[in-house]
Amino acid sequence: MNTNDPYAGERLKLSPFYPREEALNIRNAWSDWNGYKFADYYYDAEYEYFCVRNTCGTYNICPMQKYHVVGRDAEAMLNRMVTRDLSKQGLNRVSYVVWCTDQGRMIDDGTIFKLASDKFMLTCGSPCNAWLEMSAFGFDDVTITDVTDDFAALAFQGPTSCAVLKKFGLEGIETAKPFDIMRFPFKGDTLMVSRTGFTGDLGYELWIKPELALELWDQLYDAGEHYGIQPFGETATNMARLEAAFIMPGMEFNEALKTIHFEHDQTPFELSLGWLVDFKKPHFSGRSALLKEKERGPKYTLTKLDIEGNKPAEGSYIYKNKRCTKEIGYITSAMWSPAVKANIALAMILTEHLGGDMWAEIYYEKELRQYSKVAKCTVKKKPFWMPARARATPPLDY
Amino acid sequence: MKGYDAIIIGAGHNGLTNAAYLAKAGLNVVVVEKNDYIGGAAVSRVMHEGWTYSSCSYVCSMMRQALHRDLNLTKHGLLLVPYLGTVNFGLDGQTLVSYHEEQAMNLELQRHSLHDADAMHRFQTDLGRYSQLIRKTLLRTPPDPTSFRPRDIREMLFLAKEFWALGEKEIYEYVRFFTMSAADYLESYFENDLIKAAMASSGIIGTALGVYSPGSSYILLHHVMGDVDGSIGAWGLARGGMGAISNAIAGALQEHGGEIRTNAGVQQVLVKNRKAVGVVLENGDEIYARVVVSNLDAKRTFTKIMDRDDLPPGIYEKAKNFKIRGSSGKVNIALSGLPKFTGVPDNRYINRGGQTFNGSMETMERAYDCWKRGRWSDDPFIEAVIPSAWDPTVAPVGKHWMSTFVQYCPAKLADGPWTPEKRDQFGQTVIDKIERYSPGFKDLIVHMEVRTPHEIEQEIGLTEGNIFQGELTIDQLLFNRPFPGYAQYRMPVKNLYMCGSSTHPGGGVSATCGANAAREILMDLKRPNTVPQDDCYDE
Repeated sequence: MNTNDPYAGERLKLSPFYPREEALNIRNAWSDWNGYKFADYYYDAEYEYFCVRNTCGTYNICPMQKYHVVGRDAEAMLNRMVTRDLSKQGLNRVSYVVWCTDQGRMIDDGTIFKLASDKFMLTCGSPCNAWLEMSAFGFDDVTITDVTDDFAALAFQGPTSCAVLKKFGLEGIETAKPFDIMRFPFKGDTLMVSRTGFTGDLGYELWIKPELALELWDQLYDAGEHYGIQPFGETATNMARLEAAFIMPGMEFNEALKTIHFEHDQTPFELSLGWLVDFKKPHFSGRSALLKEKERGPKYTLTKLDIEGNKPAEGSYIYKNKRCTKEIGYITSAMWSPAVKANIALAMILTEHLGGDMWAEIYYEKELRQYSKVAKCTVKKKPFWMPARARATPPLDY
Repeated sequence: MKGYDAIIIGAGHNGLTNAAYLAKAGLNVVVVEKNDYIGGAAVSRVMHEGWTYSSCSYVCSMMRQALHRDLNLTKHGLLLVPYLGTVNFGLDGQTLVSYHEEQAMNLELQRHSLHDADAMHRFQTDLGRYSQLIRKTLLRTPPDPTSFRPRDIREMLFLAKEFWALGEKEIYEYVRFFTMSAADYLESYFENDLIKAAMASSGIIGTALGVYSPGSSYILLHHVMGDVDGSIGAWGLARGGMGAISNAIAGALQEHGGEIRTNAGVQQVLVKNRKAVGVVLENGDEIYARVVVSNLDAKRTFTKIMDRDDLPPGIYEKAKNFKIRGSSGKVNIALSGLPKFTGVPDNRYINRGGQTFNGSMETMERAYDCWKRGRWSDDPFIEAVIPSAWDPTVAPVGKHWMSTFVQYCPAKLADGPWTPEKRDQFGQTVIDKIERYSPGFKDLIVHMEVRTPHEIEQEIGLTEGNIFQGELTIDQLLFNRPFPGYAQYRMPVKNLYMCGSSTHPGGGVSATCGANAAREILMDLKRPNTVPQDDCYDE
């Protein structure tokens, strides 16, 4: 910390990619994430969103929390913490997981990388050192290390991403299946690549030690020059993830450990993540509460909605009737989807009303005057955006 | 022989849209197409190995998102990508960049004129007001002002209500606007010639009018009233070329059970007892149906594939005199690299969208003078776009495809018919001009497809290669399109309809003509309507 700077403690941290991002962030559109200075967008959010859907782009995931969980008991400890059965997870595979309180309320979601039989990496949006330590109580051989700043990581997403990585020189990258991990030598060190991401499209995440961050960036941008590579920020990410119907903390769920009001947090069943809860495995945090929840059925269910018209239903209530007298839920995220050409949203709907009519009361502004309309909602079973290339192995070049 | 409910002549995007909506209503439809490929002027073709050209139309803004959404065109492979950063080239090395971002645009305008930077707000506001009204009419059938049918009266009232909502001052302005020239209209806002020239180019594209010709101001509006995802005035590229639009609509059509026959040009529409009953194909096959829908332009429909004796008196003459003049050519150029332009910074966002070679207002008017004399412009107006800078699918990696739209280029030359030599000379004129702004440009050329109105008419079937299927002047707009009294898609012969851009609301890849016609046909066949309402009424 620079002691000559009286505001040093108040300034945002800069990620190892910052020098390159700063040069490209020509609109100075910065916000923050976990204490890091973080781009909202670089030039034009919609343009960056289209790079994710049409070419490729990078998204800085350095501020994402990363933990190494190592030791003979590492797997048992994590398996006791998360709801999914990790004993089924293969080596060099990634799994999407959630973890809950004893009341079955969701603390956070994240991914677990199985790097060796006794070595895992957990990534998540918010810091969770304390919860990890508590979860390790009673396990003898497990060490938990916060490695957030030991990695520089870039999400690299979009239809041309595989072609660029091939051009970059990652031989055999096209054989990586979704959730696979591969390693490649890079400047005397190892570049770890996982076929993971938060955009619902073809994409990868690249993991390297921070000292090599800029070299990775430069080489990737050289390889991607003719493939439409472009950094994208928070705004474009949020658009892409909503089309893929991925949940976001602070939008779809309120982290249980930060929830004051009773049951203003959510269970995995409420978030339509019941498939992540495995009752066949032995005890895990929240098991009995979740078992009860499963039998009883969740109070709310996260639902994908296609809403008539083109006014995003941000913050809308959902009603059972067009007259808007019987409230049955609320919108968590909403947008006009440029790729799908639909007015899409995620909403928490009282489960008992799932089969019936749904109407959103939408407020919008036109030159400072408020207008409102009531729009019919249609429930969608599948994510709004799920191109075949996101699952294809090997993927096509674009 | 198998009978159909409807035969649609021409697999352009409007014909396919029309067929898709009829098929969606459960009708048994067939689209017959003279070429061995579909798409008409919204087509992607590989003319040189590795390169896919949008041979005719090349950008898109009018496509109604309500139709895209309703036909689920995304599922059928369509992705529309807005592009940014067109550069307008003026005289003496001057440039005007069209930035997407409002502040950046304002600063760029200030570089040329402080006055015009402010005036641009007023200009955009006024155009926004006009386009807001016109946009609401796009997916509606124009009312017949002479009719007292409840529906016509209702629609007239709708129009009147929207019109009165403009306010007294704007009503006067709007009426003037329709008959003004782009130059006169712009004169009341701007002082800088390059800014005027940049704005005026929208007033002439596709039209055999000059920037000083009355009527060109509406054409300006026609080019800026479209949108991409609600961003009015924005233009987009179809991933995979414009053919992706036609192919996606064809996908929707086939999903609903519709049929497409290629290599099936129509010789003649069969008329019995003053009713259209089917078509005779060029190979002699006869196909029968309850209705026949022509996606050909009005002139071609009534002078080429109809027997004059089958038409009520006067229709043939109306069709013959339908204003459909060829004014533009198209040169598609495969390039071994991204061209650089003098005076434009090497910037990842600009210089990649498009390049518009305006010169000055006088340059554009002089270019029109050549057309009047039956020659192509020696210093033409060119609108270039490099789709490959945005779309990874249309050219090999690192190589590029430039689409150039060129004005003016007459359908009939003063010195005799078009020949391949003259066509190539026309292409040479175009690349000579670009080379002046981009030294070394010619060295990048790998392949060229040069298309004069002659080629466009021969291949696509647009009379004189007119891209709008008929001029967009007020005498041929709204309830006058294509002819007064026949603007509701029903033609003078019973069971014969039109669904192409010769009908309201006119040219552009909008899918509206086809959809509007489908709504009328379904009404006549007493089928439930399958065509959605537009979604622009909350604007």
